[in-house]
Amino acid sequence: MGNVFTRARWSPYVVGLGIGVLSWCTFYFMGKALGTSTSFVGAAGAGLCTVAPDHVASNAYMLKEYGAKGGGFKPIFDWQMALDIALVAGAFLAAWLGRTLKVERVPSVWAERFGPSVVKRYAAAFAGGFILIFGARMAGGCTSGHGISGGLQLAVSSWVFFVSMFASGVAAAAVLFGFGGGKKEVSRV
Amino acid sequence: MFDHFFADGKTIALGALTGLVFGFLLQKGGVTRYNVIVNQFRFRDFTVLKTMLTAIVVGAVGIYAMVQAGMIGGLSVKAAELAMNAGGGLIFGVGMVLLGYCPGTALAAVGQGSRDALVGVVGALVGALVYAEAYPVLARTVEPIAKFGKITLPEVMHVSPWVLIAVLAAGSVGLFVWLEKRERAGAAAGAGSGGAAGGVSPRPA
Repeated sequence: MGNVFTRARWSPYVVGLGIGVLSWCTFYFMGKALGTSTSFVGAAGAGLCTVAPDHVASNAYMLKEYGAKGGGFKPIFDWQMALDIALVAGAFLAAWLGRTLKVERVPSVWAERFGPSVVKRYAAAFAGGFILIFGARMAGGCTSGHGISGGLQLAVSSWVFFVSMFASGVAAAAVLFGFGGGKKEVSRV
Repeated sequence: MFDHFFADGKTIALGALTGLVFGFLLQKGGVTRYNVIVNQFRFRDFTVLKTMLTAIVVGAVGIYAMVQAGMIGGLSVKAAELAMNAGGGLIFGVGMVLLGYCPGTALAAVGQGSRDALVGVVGALVGALVYAEAYPVLARTVEPIAKFGKITLPEVMHVSPWVLIAVLAAGSVGLFVWLEKRERAGAAAGAGSGGAAGGVSPRPA
C-alpha cells in the first residue's frame, strides 16, 4: 500500500486514467472542467490592483473573464485559483513521498544544448512563461482546459488548439535542438 | 471592487482537493519534468502523449456517458474562434518548448523544486498582464475570424460522439502498442548502440 505512493514514478497510462477519472469527479460533483491558466490573469490582475485599481477595473479582458453580471467582479480567488495553488502542494507531496524532491535550476537536456548558465536558463524560462500564457489566453485555454477538458469533450476549439500547439512545439524544438533524433533513426533503416 | 475576493469555502476546498490530486498525478507521471516535456516535442519520449491521450479517452467515455444518463447538466465547451484557437496554439507551442512546462505542470514543477519553473510562472504572470492590455486589439482583429460558437466534433461531422470516441480509443491503443514495442526494441538495442530508436527516453545525466 505504502509502496505505491513512495514509488518515484507511475506509468503514464495509470496517471492518464487518474486524470480522466478526476475529470469525471470535477464535472459530476463540482460542475467544473479542469483548467489552470485563467487564474494567471486573475492573480496578475489582483496584483496590479494594488497599484492601479481603476486601470484593472476598466480592463476589457478582466471584465470578460471575471466580470459579474450585476457589475463588479466575481471572486478572483475561486475554484481554479485554489486548484492552481494546490498543484504546487500536490506535486510536493508526490515528490517528497517518492524521494524525487530536488532543487533544480538548469535541467540536463537544456544544459547539454545551451550550457550550465543559470542566467541563460532563467531568461529563457521567463520568456517562455510569458509567451505560454499569452498563447493560452489567446486560444482560450491551455494543455489542461483545452488539451484535456476540451479534448475529452471533443470540442472543435480544443482539437484545433491541440494540433496547432503540438505542430508549433515540434517546429520550435527542431529549431532549438536540431533534428538529431530523426537523423539517427534514418541512418538505422 | 473586491467585495468578494474569495469564493465560498466549499468551492475553494473542492478546488484545492482537485489541485492536490492533479498535482500529485502529474508529478508521479513525470510530466512535471523539463526533460520529459521537451523530449516529447523531439519525439524522444512519449510520456506526455501517452498521459494526455489516456486521460482524454477515459474522460470522454465518462463525460459522454454521464451526459447521456442525465447525470450532468451538459458539456462545458469553449467557443470555437478558430483564428484565436490556432494562433494561440502556435504561440503556446513555442512558449512550452522554451519554458519546458505548460501552465499546470509549471506550478506542479515548482512543488518538486524546479526553480526554472518558478521563474516561468513569474514570466507567465507578466504575460497575462500584457495579454489583458492587448486583448481589445485582438478582439477587434483576430477574434471575429472563423467564429463558430461552442461546437463539438460530433456535431460538425454529424456522427454519434461514440463513433469518434471509439476511433480515438482504437487509435490511441494502436499508438500505445506500437510505441511500447518500439521502446522495448530500443531498450534492447540501446545497450550497445546508445539507444538509436527514437522512442527511448534518454538516460538522465
